[in-house]
Amino acid sequence: MNLAIAESLPELKQQRKKETRKRILRNKWMYLMILPGLLYFIVFKYIPMYGLIIAFQEYKPYLGVLKSDWVGFAQFHRLFNDPWFWTITKNTLVLFVLNITIYFPIPIILALMLNEVRVQIFKRTIQSIVYLPYFMSWVIVVSISFVLLSVDNGIVNNLLAEAGYEKINFFLDPRWFRPMYILQNIWREAGWGTIIYLAAMAGVDPQLYEAAHMDGAGRFKQMWHITLPSIRNVIVIMLLLRMGNVLEVGFEHVYLLLNAMNRHVGEIYDTYMYTVGLLQQQFSYTTAVGFFRSAVGLILVVVANWLAKLFKEEGIF
Amino acid sequence: MVESKTLLSRTFSVVNYTLLVLIGLVTILPFIDVVASSFTTTAEIARKGFVLFPSEWSFAAYDYIFSTSTFLRSIANSVGITVVGTLFSMFITCLMSYGLTRRDLDGKRTIMFLVVFTLLFHGFLIPTFLVVKEVGLIDSYWSLILPVTVNAMNMIILRTFFMALPEGLEESAKIDGCSDFGILFKIVLPLSLPALATVSLFYAVYYWNSYIPAILYLNDSDKWPIQVILRQIVIVADGLSVDNTAVDEVPPPAQSVKMAAIFIATLPILLVYPFLQKYFTKGALIGSLKG
Repeated sequence: MNLAIAESLPELKQQRKKETRKRILRNKWMYLMILPGLLYFIVFKYIPMYGLIIAFQEYKPYLGVLKSDWVGFAQFHRLFNDPWFWTITKNTLVLFVLNITIYFPIPIILALMLNEVRVQIFKRTIQSIVYLPYFMSWVIVVSISFVLLSVDNGIVNNLLAEAGYEKINFFLDPRWFRPMYILQNIWREAGWGTIIYLAAMAGVDPQLYEAAHMDGAGRFKQMWHITLPSIRNVIVIMLLLRMGNVLEVGFEHVYLLLNAMNRHVGEIYDTYMYTVGLLQQQFSYTTAVGFFRSAVGLILVVVANWLAKLFKEEGIF
Repeated sequence: MVESKTLLSRTFSVVNYTLLVLIGLVTILPFIDVVASSFTTTAEIARKGFVLFPSEWSFAAYDYIFSTSTFLRSIANSVGITVVGTLFSMFITCLMSYGLTRRDLDGKRTIMFLVVFTLLFHGFLIPTFLVVKEVGLIDSYWSLILPVTVNAMNMIILRTFFMALPEGLEESAKIDGCSDFGILFKIVLPLSLPALATVSLFYAVYYWNSYIPAILYLNDSDKWPIQVILRQIVIVADGLSVDNTAVDEVPPPAQSVKMAAIFIATLPILLVYPFLQKYFTKGALIGSLKG
């Protein structure tokens, strides 16, 4: 018996190989279809990942990645001794914390409010309005704030002047950098952020509400004891995803708000990589910055996931 | 008891609706002000501060803008990039999404993993820049298109949609002698128009709004898209930017000109928005759930 199996094994293997080859051949056109897309991912996503090794080199454009000198951790050494590096780390983390504490709950609250609306046309109108800013570019969003907040003829400063206060130069005053950042973030993204929560709320069993109603729960109590717990999973997953993108606080957005006056509070990893890396051509050094940023991001996702599991929630992996 | 409950519930509703109306207004009013201000005189903007409906109509801002060659050129650039980019991206994305639908395709899982992985790890600014430079795309319109050809999320949305089509269709087409490409172009794509519309619009909005790639890869100001010019007109013109290199010593444009520039840059979005709206929630959900 055992002998028979042992004897047929190589044959079986060959048979399977043949089948695989046949299957691949039958699907050759499908592979051809995938090819251009796959090439795109390899060239523009994976080769840059390989290019990360220049963080351990003194990259010279005329030598290329293969021939530039290896310097080990020298770039990282320089990074940890660079006071600007700690400034940008702090700035990035501050914006991230603002996003989690101020921005994050807003789409949930907005979704809860929209979910309580029974008049469909009203609900749809409000949704259409609050989704709209998401489709405007950051240039447009910052430009709109710019004209509204401008010192001469901006509505906000006109009102301040009328009320007898001094005008504020919002774009130059470093104290206004962070408030402006978070308010613009909310204006552009909060409405769009409700989509996933609204979908989750639509899936809540209506019988739960009926039961709660029978027990004398008002609308607010139903929201608190039924809707919110029902979408808890989604909230946790969204929070985890946010944590995963921890050091991504919006290159384009921040770059548009940045100027010589607010650099010390506004410069973040991405804008720093752009100005120092590209404009000053310090390729290896800024790649090391990018490397550090990804490593911290990765650690934070793993920690967040572990925390979620600790609290008996579903993690993302 | 019952009385007070309905009273409470009614108060809740009133507060809720009022707040939502306020949120809606806060969202839309700044934009209405921009549009209205663009059609009026600087004097009226100065007098009123906030314009919801112009009392003195003026098209001076638009006259000025449409007489500037830089601005017209940037609109033409943006339109070109958006049209070519969307078509190109759709073509490659459709092929790849459909290619990955076959159940018995060896290596399918690996390729999907490679795609999804890029959602988690990306943003390597310098290495990507070096690749774009190596490939010779600097100062080419293609630098705004090729490095973003396939959006992983859009690919997943299309693939999910293709997978949901009944399998029997493919089988019977195959028996009738249809090739894989034939099935895609003659059967699958015509049946997927809503999904194609959604993803095309996502791509189109992306290309129209794209700004960072332009400042990274285009030194030639003749090729700049409208977003870069808009920033020049509204923000850099006041000398409030990190790089003032591109500005000549000219007085900043009038408030109404800035408003008009913002409105023109938003117009295409406003035009497609009603069509987009029908589909995007579904697309957004597939994207966020699978991601």
